[in-house]
Amino acid sequence: MAEWEAVIGIETHVELQTKSKMFCGCAVAFGEAPNTNTCPVCLALPGAIPVPNEEAIEGIVKIGTALDSTINKDSLFYRKNYFYPDLPKNYQISQYTFPVCEFGKLDIMVDGEPFTVGITRVHMEEDTGKSRHVGEGGRIHDASHSLLDFNRSGVPLVEVVTEPDIRTAEQARAYGAELQRIVRTLGVSDARLEEGSMRFDANVSVRRGPDAEFGTRTETKNVNSLRSLQRAITFEIDRQIRVLEEGGEIIQETRHWNEGKGVTISMRIKEESEDYRYFQEPDMLPLEIDEEWQQRVKANQPELPAQKRARYVGLGTDTHTAELLADDPALGGLFDEAVGAGADAKQAGIWLTQEVVAYLRREEKTLSATALSAEHVAELATMVAAGDLSSTASKDVLNGVLAGEGTPREIAESRDLIQISDSGFLDTEVDAVIADNAGAFEKLVAGDMKMIGFFVGQVMKRTGGKADPRLVSEMVRTKVQG
Amino acid sequence: MPVDIDIAKVAHLARIDLSAEELAQYGAQLSVILEYAERVSSLPTEGVEPTSHPLPATNAFRPDVVTPSLTNEEALAMAPEAEDGYFRVPRILGEP
Repeated sequence: MAEWEAVIGIETHVELQTKSKMFCGCAVAFGEAPNTNTCPVCLALPGAIPVPNEEAIEGIVKIGTALDSTINKDSLFYRKNYFYPDLPKNYQISQYTFPVCEFGKLDIMVDGEPFTVGITRVHMEEDTGKSRHVGEGGRIHDASHSLLDFNRSGVPLVEVVTEPDIRTAEQARAYGAELQRIVRTLGVSDARLEEGSMRFDANVSVRRGPDAEFGTRTETKNVNSLRSLQRAITFEIDRQIRVLEEGGEIIQETRHWNEGKGVTISMRIKEESEDYRYFQEPDMLPLEIDEEWQQRVKANQPELPAQKRARYVGLGTDTHTAELLADDPALGGLFDEAVGAGADAKQAGIWLTQEVVAYLRREEKTLSATALSAEHVAELATMVAAGDLSSTASKDVLNGVLAGEGTPREIAESRDLIQISDSGFLDTEVDAVIADNAGAFEKLVAGDMKMIGFFVGQVMKRTGGKADPRLVSEMVRTKVQG
Repeated sequence: MPVDIDIAKVAHLARIDLSAEELAQYGAQLSVILEYAERVSSLPTEGVEPTSHPLPATNAFRPDVVTPSLTNEEALAMAPEAEDGYFRVPRILGEP
């Protein structure tokens, strides 16, 4: 029988970082006192009329455009009806047919291989309130009662739904990470998984090989990190295979990821067929996102992470350095400026992602809190290229610049780190060392190349360690040949 | 034409507890409404542009501006039960 294959689709909810909520003027804020950002609209008091936030619509058009989607010119809001205490209206304003965006895709890299995830749709909706379960350790099944905070109720929420294209937990994680980078680059959401401003649901099923019918799927919720997404899917794939191999059956159900135990758990609710009784929201006019609007968003689209990484590699950094730079806007920005100021891209990339990052971690500082400027990086690169500074010394100087001790040249001079790369002077020194060590030089001429190190060492000794060792080594080789 | 309707399911979806007598009564009334909708559906609409809204307007937006919210006391004023600034509800049995 064919090998098991997993079929995975991801639904991602992204809270937009607008100033006000989706359908009312209450502030969008995280971590405030409960029920202090609510009004008749987001509490569903009688007679309240929702009016969509234009900035939120702009946000979803940006996301859809970045995901290569078709933006529907005509789009409608619907009511999705269900009962749950965190949903004050007993329906969520969402979209059904005619979502804002459809038929997109996201290209990702998994283990160095390109992979494309189809995007079924991207639609606009509103977030629910938050519930806190009281008693018995906060577990929903054992709680005595629950407490509701509607500050989050009505926060603009964008749902991104993939095709069932994903086959491994690693691909799912790479997809989630890239989507997170994109929404952050667009500036539409902080996409913080731990705070819930980005949330994943994973639909997983398994089947016998790529030609078999899809198996019964489960939907795992409560996945609040990229690592958990990968772990939860891995667990769910293994669990389903085990159940099927033991002759059991997969039940279509919602499961909950338990981070502490590393398992998915059935929500154990009576499964009724979904009946959300969608109908068009009568309180709202249709959306019309015309060609002009679509083109404006496209024209103003910032450089996306994949484009940025490709550009960095094109400038001469390696793939890993390009990823690190593209993932950190402050570091990437400084890199761009430094290269613009004339720094060698490869060298600048390595300094920024290694020395600078290590310094920031050690000192628990942000880049902007240091004295390092693009001009400093460019000056340092020029000094190394000119042979004024050894690669080792450049790291010391860089740390000095970060600590605010001055410009690279000032620090190199005050710490006496400037190399001697005056070839006329070094030539005399090399000749002197050869004259003093005729026996060793004969060995070298006879082919004992180990002796090069000896001669370089002697020159370094005579110059107090300040000669450019690379240059000295070259000179010694020339003498042997000549 | 008569329309089949599972009135008990409809009542459950709306979380309305109806007696057998009420189920029959409302079931009959709802059937009449649905039969009317069926009649509308049977009209020839070929060549008629679909309408999603009676008003010939789109994009009634508000700018992204924060307006004052209710105070916590105002928000909770009509809550049947409240605790520590939260709305308090009976224990929830499952996720939707």
